[in-house]
Amino acid sequence: MFSDSLQKFLFGRFTLESIPFHEPILQVTFAGVALGGITVLAAITYFRFWGPLWRDWMTSVDHKKIGIMYVVLALVMLLRGFADALLMRSQQAVAFGANEGFLPPHHYDQIFTAHGVIMIFFMAMPFVTGLMNYVVPLQIGARDVAFPFLNNFSFWMTASGAVIVMISLFVGEFARTGWLAYPPLSGADMSPGVGVDYYIWALQIAGIGTLLSGVNLIVTIVKMRAPGMSMMKLPIFVWTSLCTNVLIVAAFPVLTAVLALLSLDRYVGTHFFTNDLGGNPMMYFNLIWIWGHPEVYILILPAFGIFSEVTSTFCGKRLFGYASMVYATVVITILSYLVWLHHFFTMGSGADVNSFFGITTMIISIPTGAKIFNWLFTMYRGRIRFDVPMLWTVGFMVTFVIGGMTGVLLAVPPADFVLHNSLFLIAHFHNVIIGGVLFGMLAGVNYWFPKAFGFRLDPFWGKMSFWFWLVGFYVAFMPLYVLGLMGVTRRAQHFDDPSLQIWFVVAACGAGLILLGILSFIVQLFVSIRNREALRDETGDPWHGRTLEWSTSSPPPDYNFAFTPVIHDLDAWSDMKKRGYSRPVSGFRSIHMPRNTGTGVILGGLSVVFGFAMIWYIWWLAALSFVAMLAVTILHTFNYDRDYHIPADTVVRSEDRRTALLAGQV
Amino acid sequence: MAHSLHAPPRPRSLTGRLARGLALVPLAAMLAGCNLVVMQPSGDVAVQQRNLILASTGLMLLIIVPVIALTLVFAWRYRESNKEAVYDPDWHHSTQLEVVIWTAPLIIIIALGALTWISTHVLDPFRPLQRIEAGRPVPEGVKPLTVQVVALDWKWLFFYPEYGVATVNEMAAPVDRPIEFKITASSVMNAFYVPALAGMIYAMPGMETKLHAVINKPGDYNGLSSHYSGSGFSRMTFRFLGLQGGEFDQWVAKTKAEGKDLSREAYLDLEKPSEQVPVTYYKSVADGLYGLIVNMCAVPGKMCMNEMMRIDAAGGAGPESHENREKLQYDNRHVREGHEPPGATTPASHRPPRGQVQPEGMKPDGKNPAVRGSDPQPDRGDGPAAPQDPVAPAQRSN
Repeated sequence: MFSDSLQKFLFGRFTLESIPFHEPILQVTFAGVALGGITVLAAITYFRFWGPLWRDWMTSVDHKKIGIMYVVLALVMLLRGFADALLMRSQQAVAFGANEGFLPPHHYDQIFTAHGVIMIFFMAMPFVTGLMNYVVPLQIGARDVAFPFLNNFSFWMTASGAVIVMISLFVGEFARTGWLAYPPLSGADMSPGVGVDYYIWALQIAGIGTLLSGVNLIVTIVKMRAPGMSMMKLPIFVWTSLCTNVLIVAAFPVLTAVLALLSLDRYVGTHFFTNDLGGNPMMYFNLIWIWGHPEVYILILPAFGIFSEVTSTFCGKRLFGYASMVYATVVITILSYLVWLHHFFTMGSGADVNSFFGITTMIISIPTGAKIFNWLFTMYRGRIRFDVPMLWTVGFMVTFVIGGMTGVLLAVPPADFVLHNSLFLIAHFHNVIIGGVLFGMLAGVNYWFPKAFGFRLDPFWGKMSFWFWLVGFYVAFMPLYVLGLMGVTRRAQHFDDPSLQIWFVVAACGAGLILLGILSFIVQLFVSIRNREALRDETGDPWHGRTLEWSTSSPPPDYNFAFTPVIHDLDAWSDMKKRGYSRPVSGFRSIHMPRNTGTGVILGGLSVVFGFAMIWYIWWLAALSFVAMLAVTILHTFNYDRDYHIPADTVVRSEDRRTALLAGQV
Repeated sequence: MAHSLHAPPRPRSLTGRLARGLALVPLAAMLAGCNLVVMQPSGDVAVQQRNLILASTGLMLLIIVPVIALTLVFAWRYRESNKEAVYDPDWHHSTQLEVVIWTAPLIIIIALGALTWISTHVLDPFRPLQRIEAGRPVPEGVKPLTVQVVALDWKWLFFYPEYGVATVNEMAAPVDRPIEFKITASSVMNAFYVPALAGMIYAMPGMETKLHAVINKPGDYNGLSSHYSGSGFSRMTFRFLGLQGGEFDQWVAKTKAEGKDLSREAYLDLEKPSEQVPVTYYKSVADGLYGLIVNMCAVPGKMCMNEMMRIDAAGGAGPESHENREKLQYDNRHVREGHEPPGATTPASHRPPRGQVQPEGMKPDGKNPAVRGSDPQPDRGDGPAAPQDPVAPAQRSN
């Protein structure tokens, strides 16, 4: 009896039974992860990379390093989320009639929940944040973001959230509720166990990171632009980043609040969303979508920004209709708050309410349409170089308008009544998220990679990756549109009607093609690293870029710009080149920079412990780790060693090196 | 200059067209082989919804097709290697074009918005039908058939108050007679959806949604839950029979002849999680059972929600209302009775995480001796599912 309660005290509801030793899929995965992990750790040790890893990366407050770490996190989580997608597609391709498939519902249900959560929160969000982090300060001529330590802390909170999701794979289970964890199904009564708690704590911890990074980038853009860069001279990617971060700051607190209410329901027995005692699950739907719809634009706006930069660069032409592009972005930002109810027309609001939200949703297609036309007319009378980023952009333009069309269709409430929750809906949002966000991010990676690493990505494997993704997308998701019109619903683990099977088999083949696309991308990275000398760019401006990031070296020095540039026109770098700008080669002074700190990593680690303890009801550990977090935070405020000066002669040395390099180019 | 704007080399466009034509053949064959029920429905409401989909898609294609075509044409025409194309790096503004690119979508959206406003009101699921088919208004004196629908874990219960019968996982309706569905759920949300009949609407515990529809062609249609509701969700389907008047009466007679009694106890037994429940008929239904379900007080001793709302509307019961607290806890009945809740994960489920052991209430399966069916769960320690410990962890602090 004593040992029982002691065990409860020490380990909460965690027992060894919670670890899925006996599950073949999990064993293989675990073996794979363990093997991969050991290889990576061994490689780090072998190459004596631990010191640099800690000093130059984990503790770094440099926005460029943090941006790269975000993108690496996104790519790792893309692999995990895509593995889930493959499992789902295989299950649905075989589970017909008497065949149960290989995933029982309680496993399958976790997979689709994890797929959605990971792809949105831990793939798309870090990807977007990472690119913004890397590019925005460079594009506005700043040396870092406004709050460099906060930036590091934000990254580690996001990474901690991802770690918690990954822990759920091997310790306990993930939620079986769908990616938005609607109550009452996600409440304590319907979902006892750790699944939903993993969901809540992963999102809460990552959400802190996202929110703070939003604040950081807004301040950076508002306060740290180079002299002369008025708002209407901002590069369009900075504009879309600004709008995205405004959306983040306005929307993420709602998510935090609604998840906090759900946790109160689950942990202390309140009744916000339960069936009992007057709780109201419909309120959760409203709150989560008041976050959830702006979230869609949080993801797509930076992608729009990337496409704008890429189009104008590779068409060798100023962006058509800059002002209308800016207004379109701002209008989308505002309207994105007026449409949330279209996610649940079928809940039975009256016709007035439904048509209001339907029509506001359609109105968003006007500025979005204007954007498409602006890209189109940027191409008109351009001289288009079809490098890999531009391929992604053209692929996006063709694919995204199809997704936009089906989206407007779903905004018509009576049409939504027959299409909602069907595979048509699934096809629609993958159409815009893959065709829009993901294509945009991959365009961005191919576009800015030479800036970040000093050599281009291999174009052949980049094109392979593009074509596999593009064709794979159509093969995987067009069948889902058809299945939606056949009245097939989402999240089904098994089907009775054998005539549907052929479509699911085709979709699974599409997923296979996308797999080849992802593998090509990985090969592209390896090949490029191997051939880096051949792909080397010493000018810092491999694409004939138009914005400030291309004016500095690749990779940029820690301080980005030796002198803060002065801006006279939109497309500042293009303007500078046109005016015959000559790079200053003398008169360098020492540069004031923020110092690295380990506090962010430590707080991130403690928050993983805290989250894990809360999930498993290990109260002493939760209390301990929470107190530790407070202590570390307070201690950090006493750390006055926060900045240093890069001495003038270091600056001179690195600038002279660049001068010599550039001279060698001519 | 003008002639250089269009007409990519001719042979290419021919082969392109040919390739497209060839690609369409298997696609058309595949589409012809399957039942696009949303596009070929059998009920007037779904037909109008289908027409709306086609009309909206047509409207949008007016702008989508030119955009896609222009994208490809511009991409090809202004490629770097084509030195004949005009290159004008400073051309970035044109007021006329700006006006066009904002107004063209605007006009489409005004048209679509008008269509939306009208159709949303006409096809409001809460609004009684005005017609049973295009050009056929609802005849004078025809009252809609009322069907009360309850989404249970994981099956559908239908009450026919007009006939005093009830069915599980099968419902029928006479052709061309309007149907008024009143829809609720017992524990978690679902959506009631018969694609051939009309659009879906959520079934929510403690609430009632409505749907008006009519079936115009006799037939045997699929109905399903289209909102995820836990382990048994995939098999939460039912048959919807559209029957001619006489056949429908026979069907009602059959439910009476073959049916059992649906007492409150029988309902509470039925409500327990179970999957792939065979079609069941009930010849009689306990008085006001549907009302009790909507108000979540089918379990004896629970206070009905409408009763609580009446007390609240009268200003509340003051400090004494504390005594009502226990009676208002509806959800945890599954835990108390030892039934695994629909979304339970480890350790509360007492199943190894992601193992092959199926959860409570799932379809019995020969290779899974561990399936517990609807038997109460054996006591396995002090978990929240154990009958001795009727209070779920979330309620402990109360």
